[in-house]
Amino acid sequence: MVTWIAGMLMLTVKLSLVLGVLLFLAAYLVWAERKFLGRLQVRYGPNRAGKFGLLQPIADSIKMITKEDIVPTAADPVLFMLAPAVVAITALLMFAVVPFGPAVVLWGREIPMVITDINVGLLYVFALSSLGVYGVALGGWASNSKFALLGGIRGAAQMISYELSLGLSLVPVVMMARSFSLVDIVAAQADYPFIIFQPVAFIIFFISAVAESKRIPFDLPEAENELGAGFHMEYSGMRFGLFFIGEYVHMQVFGALLAVFFLGGWHGPLLPPVIWLLIKIIVISLFMIWMRGTLPRLRYDQLMTFGWKVLIPAALVNIVVTGAFILI
Amino acid sequence: MTFYTILFYILAALIIVTTGLAITRRNMVHTIVYLVFSFFGSAMLFYLLGAPLLAALEVIIYAGAIMILFLFIIMMLKEEAPESRLFPFRQWLPATLLGFAYLVLGSLLVVSADPETGEPLQIATASPAMFGEYLFRTHWLAIEIASLLLLIALVGALRLGRFDESESRKAEDAS
Amino acid sequence: MTDVLESVKALADGFATTFKHLFRKPITEEYPEYKRPLPVRSRARIILTRDPNGDERCVACYLCSAVCPVSCISMQSTERSNGRRYAAWFRINFGRCIYCGLCEEACPTSAIQLTPNFDHCKREILSMVYEKEDLLVDHCGKDPDYNFYRHAGISTAKRDKGEHINEFKPVRVKSNLP
Repeated sequence: MVTWIAGMLMLTVKLSLVLGVLLFLAAYLVWAERKFLGRLQVRYGPNRAGKFGLLQPIADSIKMITKEDIVPTAADPVLFMLAPAVVAITALLMFAVVPFGPAVVLWGREIPMVITDINVGLLYVFALSSLGVYGVALGGWASNSKFALLGGIRGAAQMISYELSLGLSLVPVVMMARSFSLVDIVAAQADYPFIIFQPVAFIIFFISAVAESKRIPFDLPEAENELGAGFHMEYSGMRFGLFFIGEYVHMQVFGALLAVFFLGGWHGPLLPPVIWLLIKIIVISLFMIWMRGTLPRLRYDQLMTFGWKVLIPAALVNIVVTGAFILI
Repeated sequence: MTFYTILFYILAALIIVTTGLAITRRNMVHTIVYLVFSFFGSAMLFYLLGAPLLAALEVIIYAGAIMILFLFIIMMLKEEAPESRLFPFRQWLPATLLGFAYLVLGSLLVVSADPETGEPLQIATASPAMFGEYLFRTHWLAIEIASLLLLIALVGALRLGRFDESESRKAEDAS
Repeated sequence: MTDVLESVKALADGFATTFKHLFRKPITEEYPEYKRPLPVRSRARIILTRDPNGDERCVACYLCSAVCPVSCISMQSTERSNGRRYAAWFRINFGRCIYCGLCEEACPTSAIQLTPNFDHCKREILSMVYEKEDLLVDHCGKDPDYNFYRHAGISTAKRDKGEHINEFKPVRVKSNLP
C-alpha cells in the first residue's frame, strides 16, 4: 500500500510538473513567436506589457478568459464545445511518453523520468495525433459556417495525408532502435543521434510534423486570406484559446519528438538532461517560427502533390534502403 | 471485485452505450462521434487485456483513419436529417432477425466455451516484437492475401479516380 | 536533380534574407512616445478660427451644417447690433463626425477648419459632443490673413455694402426687379 501511495504521489508530482512546464512554455512560445516574427519583419513585436512585453502572455490569457463565450445559434452546441478540448487534450497527452532524462534514484527508489513508458509509445503518439484531427474537423463542422467547414475539410484531408508520411518516416528509426518505446529509442542514441544515419527521415518527419501542426507554410485549414480563420472562425474567448494552446503545445510536442527520434533526446554533454531536451525543443520551435517568417503558404494541390507524390515515396524508399543496410 | 474488473465494466458499459447511441442517432456526424467513442472504448479494453499494440492500432486505424474518412465524406456531402424512419420495414425485418441470430449464437458460444476463457482479465502482455513475429511467421499467407486485396482496391481506386481526358475535352467543346 | 538543387537554393536564399532582417533596426515608429508630424492639411479635429482682428469668423450661415453628410454640426444664428451675424451656440458631435472636410470646403468665411490633431477620442461618447467654447481657438488657423469682412458683408468707415473688393451689389430681397 505504501508503495502504491508513493507511486501515485510521484506520478501526480510528475504530471503537474510536466503540465505546468508545458503550459508555461506554450504561453511564452506565443510571446517568442510574436517577438521573433516581429524582428524578422523589421518591427518590434509586443513591447508594452512589462519589460520586452514579457507580461504579454498573462495579459492575453486574462483577455481570453474574461471574453464572452459565444456559441452561434446555428451551431451544434455539444460538438462545438467538444472540439477545442479535443485539440488541446490530444496535444497535451502526447507528452506522456516523452522521456526527459535518465532514471533518477531518490530515497532509495528508482524514479523513471517519463510519465509512462509503454512499449508502444510511438504508436500511442500516432493514435493521439490521429484523434487530434477530430478537433479540427468537428470544430469546422459544428460551427455551421461555410468558411469553418472548408477549413475543417481541408484540415482533415491535410492531416490524414501527412500522418502517413509522418508514420512511414519513423519506421527506419524503429528498425534501428528495435523498439516502439520512446525510452528505448533515446537509449539507442547514446553514442550517435539518429539524424546522422537518417537525414532523409529527419527531413520528411520535420516537414510532416509542421504540416500536422498546421503551421505556415501548411496552414491551409486556417488560411487567413481565404477562409477568415478557417476551422476556428466562430470561436471566441477561452475556446479559441484552447485551439491556440493546442497549436503551441503541438509545436513543443513535435520539437520533443524530433529530439527523441533523431537528435538523441536528452543526451548531451555537460548540461543536465532535462535542460538538453528543453534546448532542443526550443531550438526546433524557433526554427518553425523562422520558417513561418520566411515561407509563403502552399496551394492546396501543391500540398497534396507534395505529400502523396514526394514525401510518401521518399519515406518508402528510405525504409527499403535502411532495411537493406541493417541486413548487411 | 478488483480494480481491473471495475475498469472492465465501466469500459464495457461505455462501449455498449455509445454503440447503441451510434445506431439510433439521426445526425450522421453524431453517429460518427459516438462510434469513435466506442472504438476508443474497445481500444482501452484491449489495453486492459494486455494488448497495447492492438489498442494503439485500433485507435490509429479505426478511430483515426477510417472514421475520419467517413466524417470527411459526410462533411463533403450535404446531408439532410431524414424526417421519418430511416429504412422501410422490409429492410428492418431481416436486419433484426440477423442481429437476433447473431446475439443468440454469440451468447451460446460464450456459454459453451472453455470455462478458462470466462476469466477475461488475466493480464498477459504481448510485446509488439512478439506479436509481429507471431503474425508474420504463422499467418503470413493471410497477410499476403489481405495485402493483395488492398492492392486490388488501390488499383481500382486509381482507375476510378483517373481523370478522363477525352471526356473533359468533350465537356470543353460543349461549353 | 538541378530542380532540387535550385529549390534548395531558393529556400536557403529566403531563410538568409529573413535572417538578415533579424539584425536590422526595426522601422516601427512607437506611437505615444513619437508622434509623427502630420501634414498641415490632414483632416482631423475641427476648430472654429478667428479673423486677424481676433473676432469670430463664423457668421452662422448654416452651410457647413447643410453640407455635413452625417449631420453632426448644429448651431443657432443670431445678430449683433451692427448687423454682423454670429452663432449663439455651435455644436459638433465628434461621435458622428467622419472628418470628410466638406464643412471646411463649404465655409465662406474660412471659420471652420480641420486640424491634424487626431487623438482626441474619449471613453464617454457624450463627451465627444463639443460646444462652441471647446471649438473656438485664438488663432487664424491655416488662413492667417483672410478676413471675410474686408471683402464683403458690412458697411465700414471706408466703404459701404457692395463696394468692397470683388463684391457685387447687395440683392434687394424685397423686390423682384434686378
